[in-house]
Amino acid sequence: MIPTSYFIVLSALLFVLGIVAFFVKKDLITQFLSIEVMLNAGNLAFIAFAKAHGLIEGQIIVFFIITVAAAEAAVGLAIILLIYKQKKTIKSEDVNLMKG
Amino acid sequence: MALCQKYNLPYKMQEFLFFILAIICVGAVLAMILTKNPAYSALWLVLAFLGIAGIFGLLDAPFIAAIQIIIYAGAIMVLFIFVIMMIDVRKGLSPEKKKWTLFLSGFLGLVLLFELITAATGVFSQLKTVGTENIGSPAGLGRLLFTDFLYPFEITSVLIIAALVGAIVLAKKKENE
Amino acid sequence: MTEIIIVLVKIIFAMMWFLVLTLYLTWAERKESAVMQDRVGANRANIMGVRILGLFQPLADAIKMFFKEDFTPPFSKRFLHNLAPFISFFFSLVTVATIPFGDVLRIGGKTIRLQILDLNIAILFVFAMLSLTIYGVVISGWASNSRWTLLGGLRGAAQLISYEVALGLSLIGLVMVFPTLKFSAFVEYQGGLLFGWLPKWGIFLQPLGFLIFFIAAMAESERVPFDLPEGESEIVGFFTEYGGLKWGLYMFTDFMKLLLISCLLTTFFFGGYHLPWLYADGFHFPWGGTWLLPHGIVVLFQVLAFNLKVFFFCWMQILIRWTYPRFRYDQLMDFGWKLLIPLSLFNIIATAVILKILG
Repeated sequence: MIPTSYFIVLSALLFVLGIVAFFVKKDLITQFLSIEVMLNAGNLAFIAFAKAHGLIEGQIIVFFIITVAAAEAAVGLAIILLIYKQKKTIKSEDVNLMKG
Repeated sequence: MALCQKYNLPYKMQEFLFFILAIICVGAVLAMILTKNPAYSALWLVLAFLGIAGIFGLLDAPFIAAIQIIIYAGAIMVLFIFVIMMIDVRKGLSPEKKKWTLFLSGFLGLVLLFELITAATGVFSQLKTVGTENIGSPAGLGRLLFTDFLYPFEITSVLIIAALVGAIVLAKKKENE
Repeated sequence: MTEIIIVLVKIIFAMMWFLVLTLYLTWAERKESAVMQDRVGANRANIMGVRILGLFQPLADAIKMFFKEDFTPPFSKRFLHNLAPFISFFFSLVTVATIPFGDVLRIGGKTIRLQILDLNIAILFVFAMLSLTIYGVVISGWASNSRWTLLGGLRGAAQLISYEVALGLSLIGLVMVFPTLKFSAFVEYQGGLLFGWLPKWGIFLQPLGFLIFFIAAMAESERVPFDLPEGESEIVGFFTEYGGLKWGLYMFTDFMKLLLISCLLTTFFFGGYHLPWLYADGFHFPWGGTWLLPHGIVVLFQVLAFNLKVFFFCWMQILIRWTYPRFRYDQLMDFGWKLLIPLSLFNIIATAVILKILG
């Protein structure tokens, strides 16, 4: 069995890359994508610990995370589409007013 | 994974697979950050998700690996690419001016990575196997999902309906406009 | 070492079977459509004057496609444009690894399962691969950098995603009846008998599930009643900007999906390699007769039965393709979301109730 630490380090690396991507990128869609990266890094840690402890609950949490991510993606993308319709841009810096 | 149990992949092979998949994941996420066009970013991310699904397979979670591919790579990312195609992305994007945010985020990222790994190393010594060896069979997962986790499961379905309705209401054209 | 050789041989055989059969499906489609429309069909291709019903036509087509110019439009995104056909092709081809062609074959003390990969989660694997073929459609539509192909790609992706839901839900009833996700176990369960004489095939236990699966799978294969992504006759589809070999690859992938659907239908609903009343040692008829057969003959019968069922479904799908006109797009979406998905949900509930009543 591969040591759990490998997976945890990979998970941490992916999470950090997700955060960096979130700050570096300027369009809403890629920022949204980097949130997905972070979620996946979390999933990876859950699964790795589930394997290390021999408990299946970790996998169930990941199942829920994936379903929630699907819901989140649907709503988030609808919001991005709305922003694009109103402002003709998806740069997050241009979306700085509370009212459309 | 199902494969590993059946054919008993030797340790070296597993390790090799892990490193290949890890390199694919990290490389694809890096490429996602470095490409300018969101469509390419999304496609790189699909590759990263496939790599992660492979790692789930190595970790005795074949069901989650399949879910990862079907839902993440097959549905969520297609949704993203859909939206990217509908939006003319290049219009709104001007070249990046503030260079310092890049360095700052890189630096903060490194600090966070260091922090996470130090936090995790403290835990490794306490890890011990308490459950059964063969976890992650779809049957076991389903049984637990419909007994101990029944309420979260049902609530998730409500959440998805809510998200569905919300997305339709948001994206729909208004009648009176 | 012999293990590896056996696996390699199995892979080579399965791929050969799959690809050659796909090649000849193009011929079968031409001939069958010709018969239906009272034409002769492709019959001119010959080698030294030997024609045999035009059986060399696929080879001639292949040669023609090889020598066509491999043209990439200058305005396209070059790399993705070239990659897209291979995505669809690859993920369709990989799926054949899970199909069981027969039961175990015993040669010289070795037990060989006539299946490349007996995954625990074979159904999910198939769905995963099918959902990845969407990328071939989406990317080709987008990378061609033309509005028509983009619209075609969007249409295609929406259709494939919509019908994947119905496809998945239609199988849940079957999984409830045969509690497994493994293809080999699926087929083994179907080897039993119902009421002592009826083979326990999926179609008899899940008729509604079969119907929904068949329709949804046909929508996945993007052929005529559901060919809106492509729409070669009037509307412009996602691979308009492709020519030569890459276009051929798309057409080939369509036929591969047709064959794949036939294999899946056979495995899920028609007993896979089972012939009615054929067991490991020969036939045991319900009216009391037995006809014992040696092991080799039984395996041969099984493989033949599998092939026969697959051919039947290929024939059926070609028949449907040349019989019906195309859906309108809103009809397509209504059909998928408002009819097939509720029906498959109803199927799940009905199956659960019946299983509960039967204990």
